[in-house]
Amino acid sequence: MQSVNGLVGHGALLLALPFIALGIIAVPVAVNRGRRDWLEIGYGAVYANFALMSAAALAMISALVTHDFSVSYVAQVGSRETPLFYTIISLWGALEGSILFWAWVLSFYGMTVVALNKSRAGNLVPYAAMTLLCISLFFSILLVGPANPFHVVSPVPQNGPGPNPLLQNHILMAVHPPLLYLGYVGMSVPFAFAVGAVLSGEAENNDWIKVSRTWTMASWGFLSAAIIAGMWWSYEVLGWGGYWAWDPVENASFLPWLTATAFLHSAMVQERRGMLRVWNLNLVVGTFVLTILGTFLTRSGIISSVHAFTTGTIGYYFLAFITIVLVTGGVIVAGSSDKLRSKGKLDSAASRETVFLLNNLFLTAFMLTVLVGTLFPLVAEAMRGVKVSVGGPFFNRMSLPIIAALLFLMGVGPALPWKVASKAELRSKLIPPTAGALVLAAAALIAGIHDPYGILVFAFVGYAATANFREFSIGAAVRRRAHGESWPTAFLRLVEGNRRRYGGYIAHFGVFFVALGIAMSSTLRTEREATLQRGMTMQIAGRTLRLQDIWGREEPQRQVVGATLEIMNGNRVTGTLEPRMNFYRTQQEPVPTPDVRSGVLGDLYLNLMAFRPDGSNATIRAIYQPLVPWIWFGGGVVVFGAIVAGWPTARRRRVPAVVPVPAPPKPPAREPEYAA
Amino acid sequence: MTTKKGIIIGGIAIIVAAFAYLLYGGLDKNIVYFLTPHELLAKGTKAVDVPVRLGGQVKPGSVKWNDTTLALHFIVTDGTSEIAVDSKGAPPQMFRDGMGVVVEGRYGANGTFNCTSLMVKHSNEYRPPKPGESVQEMQKTLIKGASS
Repeated sequence: MQSVNGLVGHGALLLALPFIALGIIAVPVAVNRGRRDWLEIGYGAVYANFALMSAAALAMISALVTHDFSVSYVAQVGSRETPLFYTIISLWGALEGSILFWAWVLSFYGMTVVALNKSRAGNLVPYAAMTLLCISLFFSILLVGPANPFHVVSPVPQNGPGPNPLLQNHILMAVHPPLLYLGYVGMSVPFAFAVGAVLSGEAENNDWIKVSRTWTMASWGFLSAAIIAGMWWSYEVLGWGGYWAWDPVENASFLPWLTATAFLHSAMVQERRGMLRVWNLNLVVGTFVLTILGTFLTRSGIISSVHAFTTGTIGYYFLAFITIVLVTGGVIVAGSSDKLRSKGKLDSAASRETVFLLNNLFLTAFMLTVLVGTLFPLVAEAMRGVKVSVGGPFFNRMSLPIIAALLFLMGVGPALPWKVASKAELRSKLIPPTAGALVLAAAALIAGIHDPYGILVFAFVGYAATANFREFSIGAAVRRRAHGESWPTAFLRLVEGNRRRYGGYIAHFGVFFVALGIAMSSTLRTEREATLQRGMTMQIAGRTLRLQDIWGREEPQRQVVGATLEIMNGNRVTGTLEPRMNFYRTQQEPVPTPDVRSGVLGDLYLNLMAFRPDGSNATIRAIYQPLVPWIWFGGGVVVFGAIVAGWPTARRRRVPAVVPVPAPPKPPAREPEYAA
Repeated sequence: MTTKKGIIIGGIAIIVAAFAYLLYGGLDKNIVYFLTPHELLAKGTKAVDVPVRLGGQVKPGSVKWNDTTLALHFIVTDGTSEIAVDSKGAPPQMFRDGMGVVVEGRYGANGTFNCTSLMVKHSNEYRPPKPGESVQEMQKTLIKGASS
C-alpha cells in the first residue's frame, strides 16, 4: 500500500518524463516550422518540470519528516531518533535522494534560464532550454529507474537505521552538499548555452559567452564555497587534523572548478579580443563533462573512499550519459571550429592576453594532473588487475610548481595592459611588487618555514598581493584627484565602475589567504599524542593541556564519550576543549568529534583517540597548525569577490508601474527568425 | 603562414610531451601498491622498504597496545600468510580481533611492517550491528561513573 507521500512523489516523477520529452520535441518544431505556439509548449515543459520536481522533492521531505517508512528512501536513511534538522537534510544524504535533489536544482535553473532570457531574440535560448531538458531527461530516467527513491516497502518497518553517522555528526553537512550541487548543476547552464549557440548558428557572436560567463561566475562561486566547506567539514569531522587528502571525491569537486576558473579568465579574452573562441567552447563542454564525471565517481561507488558510501548499477547509466555528452561536445566543437576562427591575434608577449593564455595553460595542466592521478588506479585495476593508489606525494609534487606559477601570474596579469605593454610600463608595474615578494619571503623564513615551495608560495603571494592592491590604490588615487572624493568613496566608486574586474581582484585576495593558510599549516604542523590520567598534563606548541575529566552521556540516537581538557598558560586556565567520540547505534565504529580552538594565528586541535571503558585514562592527539582559519576566511573572500563580480546589474530601463506601458504589437525582432 | 603554424603545433607538441613525461615520472615514483600479506611476501626483497598498503584482517589475539608508550603491535593475516605490524599511536577505538584493516607503510628487512597510517576498513554500505556487536554495553560503566 503506497502512502500519500509515495504516491505524490512517484507520480510526479513519472509524469515529468512525458512533459520533458514533449519539450525536447517542441523546440526544434518551433524553430524549423516557425511555430511560436510550439515554443510556448517547450517553455511550458520547462516550467512543468520544475513544478513536478518540486512536488517530488517536497513529497520526499514530507515522507522523511513524518517517518513514512513505506517509502524506500526513508526506510534507508530515516530513523525516529534522528533530530529533525538532520532528518530534513538527509534528503541529500544518500544516492537516490541526492539524485532527486540534483534533478530539482536542475529544473529550477532551467526555469530561471527561461524566465530571465525568453525575450531574447534568436534561437539561442530555445535550444539552450532544450539542452537543459535533455539533461533533465537523463536524471528523470535515473529517478524512475535505478535511483528511484519512492519504492514501496512492505511490510512497513517500524524504524530505520538513520543517516550515515558521518553525515549527521556536523552542521556543515547541511551546507556543503547543497552548495556543491548548486555549483555542479549550475555548470549545465553554460553548457546548454554553448550547445544552443552552435545549434542556432549563433556561436559567432558573443551573446552566449556573456550569458555563460554570468552563469559560470555564479556556479563557480557556489563551487568555491562548497570546496572550502567540504575541507572544513573534513577538518572538523574526520579527526585527522587535515583538510585535503587528494581523495578522489575531493578531486571530483576540484576538477570542474579548475576548468571553470580557466573559462572565467579566457572568456574575457574572447570578449575583448575575439580570440580563443573554440577554446572557450572546449572549456564549457569540459567543465560540464567533469561535473557529470564527478557525480559518477562519487555516486557509482567505483572509487571507494570516505565519501563514496553508495553502490549500485547506476554507474552504467552515467557512463552512457558521459559518452553521449562527450560525443555531442565533440561534434559541436568540431562542427563549429571553422566558423570560430580567431578574429584577433596576439600582438605582444608582454600583454594581458598572454598572461591569460598562460593561466589557462597551467589551469588545464593542473586539471589533467588531478584527472590522471584520480583515474589512474581505476585504469590500473581494469587493465593490469593490480590495486594501487596514487598518494598525496604525486599530487603535491606535480601541483606545487603549477600553484606557484599561477600565484605569480596573478601578480603579473592585472598589472599588464591589453594588447601591448611598453618597457616603461613593465618596469613601473612589475618592479614595485618585488618588494612585497621580499617582505613575505622574509616573513616565511622568520616564521620558520624551510620548505622551498613554502617560501616560494609566500614570495609569490607577496608579489601578487602587492600588484593587486596597487590596482585598487592607483585607481582610487586617480578618482580622488579627478573627483575630489575621500579614500573610501573613491575606492567604492572604483569597484562599482567595473565590478567584474575588481571583483576578480578581490577573489584573488581570497586565494592569497587560502595559499598562505595552506603553506603555513602544511609545513609547520606539530603533533603530539599521549595517554593521560585525570590531572595529568601534556605539552604542545608552548601550551599545556591538562586532562580534567573523562565522561559519558546518553543521547537519543547515540552515546557520547568525551574528555575535558584545560588549556593552560603557566598556571592560568585560558580555555577548555572537549574532544568527543560519538557512538551511533547503527554503526560499529565511532565517529570522532575533534574539538578545535581557533585563533587568528592558528588552531589547537584535539582528538580523543582512545579511552579505558572504566574512565581511568584517555589517549589524546593534539595538533597545532598555524593559519588554518585563514583558509576558511580566504574562501569567504573568494566568494565575496565572485558576488561582487557576478551580481547582475540592475536593469537600466525601469518602467514605473503607474505609467501604462504601451505594449508593442509584436516585437519585430522575433518574426524573421521564425519565418526562416 | 604555414611554417608559423608548424612552429606553433610543434611547440604545443613539445609542451604536451614534456608534461606527459612529467606526469608519467610522477606516477611511476608515487604509486602505492595495495597488497595482501601473501602477495607482499611473494614479492620477496622487491617489497622491502617501498611504500605499500597492506590489507587484511587483524589476527585474533595478536593486538598488543601499551597506552603509556603508545606502541601498538598486531599481526595482519589474509588466511594464508601473516605479517607483524609495528605502529605508534592509539588504535581506533573499535580495533578488534578479526576486523579488516589497511595499513600504510614500509615492510622492513627485519620482517616487520612499519606502519605510518592505519585505517579501519569500513564497508562502503554501512550496516546496523549484528547482535553481540552492539557498542551500547561497552560504555555503560563510563556513563554510570559520570552520572553517579
